[in-house]
Amino acid sequence: MITLPLANFLAQPVGVSQFVIVGAIMFTCGAVCMATKRNALGILMGIELVLNGANINFIAFGSPYLRSDAGSLGMDGQLMSLFVIVLAAAEAAVALAIALNFYNNFNSIDVDRANQLKG
Amino acid sequence: MDPQTVIPNLLTIAWLLPLASFVIIWIAYSLPQLFGSRASYAIQPYGAYLAVGTIGLAFVLSAVTLLGFWLPTYPLSSHGHAEHGEHHKHEPSGHDKAGHDAGGNENHDSSDDSSAHLLPSHSTSSPFRWASETTASATATHHDAASAERPHNNTPPPSISGNWYTLAKCGDLEITLGYYIDALTVTMFCMVTLIATCVHVYALGYMHDELQEFTDPEVTTHDGKKLKRPGRFHRFFQYLSLFSFSMLGIVLAGNLAMMFVFWELVGICSYFLIGFYTERKSASTAANKAFIVNRVGDFGMLVGLMALWSTLGTFAFGDITREDGTVEPGIFSQLHTKENHYHLEPSPGMIQWAARDKIKEVVLEKGGAAIPATIEELRHDPNHQYGHWLLLIAGLGLFCGCVGKSAQFPLHVWLPDAMEGPTPVSALVHSATMVAAGVYLVGRAYPIFIPEVLLVIAVVGSITLFLAATIALTATDIKRVLAYSTISQLGYMMLGLGLGGFVAGLFHLITHAFFKGLLFLGSGSVIHAVHTNEMTEMGGLRKKMPITAYTMLIGCFAIIGAGLPIVHLGYFGLSGFFSKDAIIEQSFSHMTRNEAPWLWLLFLLPVVGALMTAFYMFRLWFMTFAGQPRDQHRFDHAHESPRVMTVPLIILAIFAIGVAWEIPGINLSVPKLLEQARPIGTLATVEGNLMSELVIPTEHDSHAFEIRLPAGLMASGMAAVGLLLAALLYLWRVVDPAKVRHNLLVRPLYALLWHKWWFDELYDLVFVKPTLWIGRFVAGFDRSVIDSILHACTWICRAMSVIVDVVGDRTLIDRTVDGIASYTWRGGLSLRRVQTGRLRQYIMFLVVGTIILFMIATIWRAAVAG
Repeated sequence: MITLPLANFLAQPVGVSQFVIVGAIMFTCGAVCMATKRNALGILMGIELVLNGANINFIAFGSPYLRSDAGSLGMDGQLMSLFVIVLAAAEAAVALAIALNFYNNFNSIDVDRANQLKG
Repeated sequence: MDPQTVIPNLLTIAWLLPLASFVIIWIAYSLPQLFGSRASYAIQPYGAYLAVGTIGLAFVLSAVTLLGFWLPTYPLSSHGHAEHGEHHKHEPSGHDKAGHDAGGNENHDSSDDSSAHLLPSHSTSSPFRWASETTASATATHHDAASAERPHNNTPPPSISGNWYTLAKCGDLEITLGYYIDALTVTMFCMVTLIATCVHVYALGYMHDELQEFTDPEVTTHDGKKLKRPGRFHRFFQYLSLFSFSMLGIVLAGNLAMMFVFWELVGICSYFLIGFYTERKSASTAANKAFIVNRVGDFGMLVGLMALWSTLGTFAFGDITREDGTVEPGIFSQLHTKENHYHLEPSPGMIQWAARDKIKEVVLEKGGAAIPATIEELRHDPNHQYGHWLLLIAGLGLFCGCVGKSAQFPLHVWLPDAMEGPTPVSALVHSATMVAAGVYLVGRAYPIFIPEVLLVIAVVGSITLFLAATIALTATDIKRVLAYSTISQLGYMMLGLGLGGFVAGLFHLITHAFFKGLLFLGSGSVIHAVHTNEMTEMGGLRKKMPITAYTMLIGCFAIIGAGLPIVHLGYFGLSGFFSKDAIIEQSFSHMTRNEAPWLWLLFLLPVVGALMTAFYMFRLWFMTFAGQPRDQHRFDHAHESPRVMTVPLIILAIFAIGVAWEIPGINLSVPKLLEQARPIGTLATVEGNLMSELVIPTEHDSHAFEIRLPAGLMASGMAAVGLLLAALLYLWRVVDPAKVRHNLLVRPLYALLWHKWWFDELYDLVFVKPTLWIGRFVAGFDRSVIDSILHACTWICRAMSVIVDVVGDRTLIDRTVDGIASYTWRGGLSLRRVQTGRLRQYIMFLVVGTIILFMIATIWRAAVAG
């Protein structure tokens, strides 16, 4: 009998893989959002989703509880995700500034109109 | 103040002062000229004043050194040869045998000294004492029997030697700048700087024409006008300064290598100064001739240097004390060792080289430790004169250099042509000092010369003095007469040195420098006044220029050796009297000791030379200053020279009279100074080793009464006859010189002398023409054969490169490079389409790319790793 991957996924107790799956879904949603939205703000939102999907992975892999390693106090994953949050905030600020300038120049925030750098 | 350090320092400063003047004039005047800015005529005299000031200061320093430091430290012996060693620091090696000491003193007493007869107030009884005793040579024989040792000055002369700076060191060869100072050095310093000062001052007046645009009357430009060029006043003094520096360098040099360097430096200065009127063809050829002829002699000198260095391992004259306290023996002490009783003997290195085959056998037989003993054994081998040939080569080589520099036969041809230079140059460089450098070198290297070399020196000197004197008889150019007279007098010096008269030859060098400098400056004054060199256009000038005329008369009397040989009352005479008599006495002494008849020529030639000297000198004076003017126009324009030119004449005239006298009160005279400088081991009657019949008598002997009287009478008589002849022909005109010239018997002789024995033509035929022929042949060979080979080679090369160009470069390399470039270009063109500029598309690429990567990784794992 062929065992599919993730076949008895729901039957297991909540562990790392569940978190990873949630992260993957968020990442995918973010990526799809970035690829489909023409609105620059929509793309920014997609970016947030992608980053937070990655954050969930950091938390999951870094959590001592989820790894059944409660004796230690590893904080690497949490710290990394804190960095990502800070970076995301900075990135959002820069991106919003770009979006504002873009709007000033084109009277629109449709990213498809920003193709002046094509080869 | 330690005289051992003060004396070298003072002389070094005196030596470097003219160099400083040269450098300053060069930087301030000549260097800007390279960039087109010529110093104005208003400031050019300051350069000249600088040169005059530095050389004057150098003279003051030299005089201070002599009077203030040298004489108090090393007092001259009041009588007797070679007793100066008592004051010397190397004394312990001196009187090693009490018996010898006593014998030496006895010998000194019997023969007395050279300076004695120079003293006007000398005790009148001494000639008779000499006469009553046996001759000095007989005493010497007696002495031999007594202590088995020949009479000898066996203490080294007081000297200070050392090194300043090592220029180069290659293995054993060490080239250093050093000094060797003895009484000869100090004397020469005073003489050179004094004459140079006089000439510098004189040149201020003589070269005055150069302070404006100078019109050269002897150069015609192609449009028929006389050449006009900017004056070169400062340049003349620049060269004079450089020359003074170089000449003093020769005198001060502590080793032969340094001396050679300065030897060449005076050569190049002479070249610059002969060619000072460089636009004149005759001047530039004369400069070239002087330089090239000197190279011939210098080649021989290099051979001599090599022979000495390779066997002695040093160039230094005196012993050098190193910083670590070791004393390195110089040339002199290596050739005159105490073991050989200070006789001139080949050094062990020379014997080892000369007998290398024998020594090789000994080493194979007994081992290397036996070498020193074998060398000593070979030294006394009566059948082979090991090492003497090397000394012969070394001596002849060094003398070759002297022949070139001092214009001795057969290299005398350059000196008359050198008269193309300005007259102060002729006075300083080509009569008084530089040409005397050759004689100085013979004097300095005197301990190196074995009797055979001395004989060669004497023979060359006597030929030279005779030859030059004969040519001077007919020359009509006033400077050329003096030039040939210079050559002749240099011949006298060489003859005196070569016959064993160390003091006699060098004494004549000093006195000659003064009166010949005087005569040349006087002739310059005449030329300045009448603007011609030809005596046939002069005459009667004594009324117009009395100072010049009478100072030159003093010079003439000095050069012919005028004096009163009244032996009973002492002597009175001009400087030349003492020095020339000393030489003739030495040659007479030499004649009495040698059997070979041809050696008598060495006495006859100088005596005949004395006659000719008197004749041509007074012919010069009478033709120039006496009688009626031959060219009224020139006579009318003649005038006495300005004071800046006559004062040096007067000073030199004073010295020409009195330089040979003893300065009363301080026991100082030139011959005594020279006697103090006599090298160790050169005061002996020596016999030739290679030519066993040759005897070089000691200088003592020539002061014996029965030698001095006939020699002195003969010399004075000859001079008087010469003077009388000149007066008959040119003053009283008893016989017309032109008639004598056209006499059938005299005519061929006159032609011979007028053409200077055809030496120039002979050299032209033997050396110059063949060289030009060979040159032309080689040039033709070069053009036809070598050039065509070269052309063929280049053609082949060119063809090869065309092939390489077409095949290799254009097809292989260019195509490859072009291909790479065009592929890159096309790749870029096709890839640019991916660059759409759409953000969403990029994200799609990212996502799809990531997915594809994952798929590849998964498949890879399943297919290969799984």
